[in-house]
Amino acid sequence: MTTLAFILLIIAVIVGYAINRVAARSIREGGNKLHSLTTYHGLFSALLILVPVLTFILLWLVLQGSVMDRMVMNGLQDGVLDGLDSGSTQLVLAEIKSISRGQIFGTPEDWKIAAADQYVAIQGRSAWLLVIAVALMALGLMAFARSRVSAQFRARQGVEGIVTGLMIFCSTVAIFTTIGIVVSLTYETFRFFDAVPVTEFLFGTNWEPQIPLRADQIAAEGAFGWLPVFLGTLVITFIALIVAVPVGLFSAIYLNEFAPKKLRSVIKPMLEILAGVPTIVYGFFAILVVAPALRSLGQSIGLDVAPNTALAAGSVMGIMLIPFISSFADDALSAVPYTLREGALGLGATRAEMMTNVLFPAALPGIVGGVLLAVSRAIGETMIVVMAAGLMAKMTINPLDSVTTVTVQIVTLLIGDTSFDNPKTLAAFTLGMMLFLVTLLINIFALRIVRKYREAYD
Amino acid sequence: MTDISNGAGVPRKPTSKELVAASLKGRRRKEKRLQWIGIGAIAIAFVTLFILVSSLVSTGRYAFTQTHLTFEVFVDPEEVTPARLPRGNFDDALAASLGQMLPGVDMDDRATKRGVEGILSNGAQFELRDLVVADPSLIGKTITMKVPVADTFDQLNKGLIDRETPEQLRRVKDNEIVWFDALKEQGAISKPFNLALFTNADSRFPELAGLKGALVGSFWALLTCFLIAFPLGIGSAIYLEEFAPKNKLSDFIEVNINNLAAVPSVVFGLLALAVFIGWFGLPRSAPFVGGLTLALMTMPTIIIATRAALKAVPPSIREAALGLGASKQQVVFQHVLPLAMPGILTGTIIGLAQALGETAPLLLIGMNAFITSAASSPFDSSTALPTQIFIWADSPERGFVSRTSAAILVLLGFLVMMNAVAIFLRQKFERKW
Repeated sequence: MTTLAFILLIIAVIVGYAINRVAARSIREGGNKLHSLTTYHGLFSALLILVPVLTFILLWLVLQGSVMDRMVMNGLQDGVLDGLDSGSTQLVLAEIKSISRGQIFGTPEDWKIAAADQYVAIQGRSAWLLVIAVALMALGLMAFARSRVSAQFRARQGVEGIVTGLMIFCSTVAIFTTIGIVVSLTYETFRFFDAVPVTEFLFGTNWEPQIPLRADQIAAEGAFGWLPVFLGTLVITFIALIVAVPVGLFSAIYLNEFAPKKLRSVIKPMLEILAGVPTIVYGFFAILVVAPALRSLGQSIGLDVAPNTALAAGSVMGIMLIPFISSFADDALSAVPYTLREGALGLGATRAEMMTNVLFPAALPGIVGGVLLAVSRAIGETMIVVMAAGLMAKMTINPLDSVTTVTVQIVTLLIGDTSFDNPKTLAAFTLGMMLFLVTLLINIFALRIVRKYREAYD
Repeated sequence: MTDISNGAGVPRKPTSKELVAASLKGRRRKEKRLQWIGIGAIAIAFVTLFILVSSLVSTGRYAFTQTHLTFEVFVDPEEVTPARLPRGNFDDALAASLGQMLPGVDMDDRATKRGVEGILSNGAQFELRDLVVADPSLIGKTITMKVPVADTFDQLNKGLIDRETPEQLRRVKDNEIVWFDALKEQGAISKPFNLALFTNADSRFPELAGLKGALVGSFWALLTCFLIAFPLGIGSAIYLEEFAPKNKLSDFIEVNINNLAAVPSVVFGLLALAVFIGWFGLPRSAPFVGGLTLALMTMPTIIIATRAALKAVPPSIREAALGLGASKQQVVFQHVLPLAMPGILTGTIIGLAQALGETAPLLLIGMNAFITSAASSPFDSSTALPTQIFIWADSPERGFVSRTSAAILVLLGFLVMMNAVAIFLRQKFERKW
């Protein structure tokens, strides 16, 4: 049925285009001078039909699901849903839906079968309503567009107006995305702080996000202090930087100043390959190769190494960041004006001295900006740590111990959990909020440093 | 130079030329050292890249072949009756036929029988069932079947299980090895290319698990992502680059786009979970929702690439068109945009390649479910390539290690292909002005 609606729309667009174009052409052949080309008359009709009707169909499709659910649930006999929480209600709804698709498990109650029949009926009615509404809208718009055709009608301006409107809509999507992120995170965060005090979250040193399964369960009060989680994130980020900054920086220095042109043109794309590897691949690499290697190395020198150490996760994350830092440092070094290089060389400096005493200090703000962006990447990086770091939050800075991170907690708290009303789920959103804020601040700060420094030489 | 005439005995001050000459050696050495450190740094990067790829290849290559057993199956009318189809003791029929091939095996002993049955993959009985259901006249006949063997025997055949380990520590017992070797001597064991890796969906049994569901899921997700991000991204980029007045709103949009490009991917997953699933009520685990989320993440990449491509079109083109009386939009859509298209497509493909490897947001919207059939529409539950890798990497069965590496190799293969297309487009069509 939805397909039928789309087909109707396409036919209406084509017919509308053709009708208006033919009408405009007949005016021209009648000896009148048209303001706009006939194509624009056709396009005017096509866009006038396409945009509103398509919006209507999409809105219908997005909204019909929840409306139909509500209709079915309201149509149930009184009393069958008494005493069920939202999760079980959802289960009942899902069962009704699967019965309506003909997937019957066991012997469902009669009222469920009745509800499923009703669901099917509503579905059919909704589909027909959609098709009829689309047909009526398309016809009305077509007639309206046809009525506008005349020699003086400024069809081109009309078309351009619609197109400009569409483009403005496209550019506001970015704003809506940001608003969506901020609003959804803030909303869930506030709900979380209804259950858990803000101070406990911000300053608590204990993170045990279990929730009691039964109301009378003992010793299952969850603890939601984010400090150990954040500390774990910092430990892994720090290890990653220890790996990535020297390697990235020195390779950038070599590529920028010493490498022959041909070598540079080979090595740069190969470093970009390293940047294009998906992070889940790095994560698997960490558990397949790096963690076992570290463990056996530790055993051979008599150290007890946890299976999922901060060191393994951090060093693999460092490898991931190498191309990031090296390309930022390379850009920063290249942005230093040639006069500075030539001045240093002219005074008799070797190329290494020019690099360390002139170019590097001049490029330092840019490099620092790049490193800060790498920090924000490392804090927000998810898959490597989900696979290679631990789950238990500990207040430790020992790189051989297992630590957890903000992103690991978000993922583990949300995998397989559907309901939105327990503190566990809400805690994940609150951690997401903190993650968003921290990375946003670092990014703004880093971009400001980079931009300020670029302006200094422009 | 006047110092030379001074008398002997007084230590003369060295000239700056001599100072330089004396220091030169050390300074050159420092220069060499800096160069070598640089080379060393690059070497570290490449060695890790090499270890990464070679470890994946060395574990993943095993998953591209699969040990099969070819044998005659007697569809015993006592075990399988036409009346009870599609039910029947297909596993017993298979085991009995297999027992015939193993001399000296007492099939009446239950433990032995279970052991013999264990050689075959769990999927074999369903394969036989499907054959018989499709053609009930097979009952009572003997047919030749080629079925995968269970994961442990697959690994034994590939040499991944060390026969020297003591029996208690080994996952195949001594008598099972004897059986397997007997079958091998009869020429019943073969190791063809593992087509099932691409034609089967996920399964709990490593020898049956394939990537079809994941590939289809990733396809739907990327298609959705492309259909949404491409028009929105281009529209947005054209507006910002060509039409937007320089005002607060445009600046605000630009700041937003740049920030979105740096927001951690897991935050987009939270957005999708709260808004698309929680508020709009879209289905969980659906590639459509995944594609929607990926589209939001890919859009900044496409916008930035499109703006760069539009900027690269020289002003003379615009001025010529404007001079001939074209409107501003005619200039952009009929002249500038076609010339910028190769650059835009390159950026889009690179953005889609990033989206293909993105895992975290898909995990949060539940695309890591265990689903044994491929999705037939973007609204069905499904996994995607990266989430399938995540599921397999988490599975305890040994056979999934090589499957995971193989899945990663497939993913990397797609990424290389997409990037190659992007590079080809750039070199073939991009004009230097």
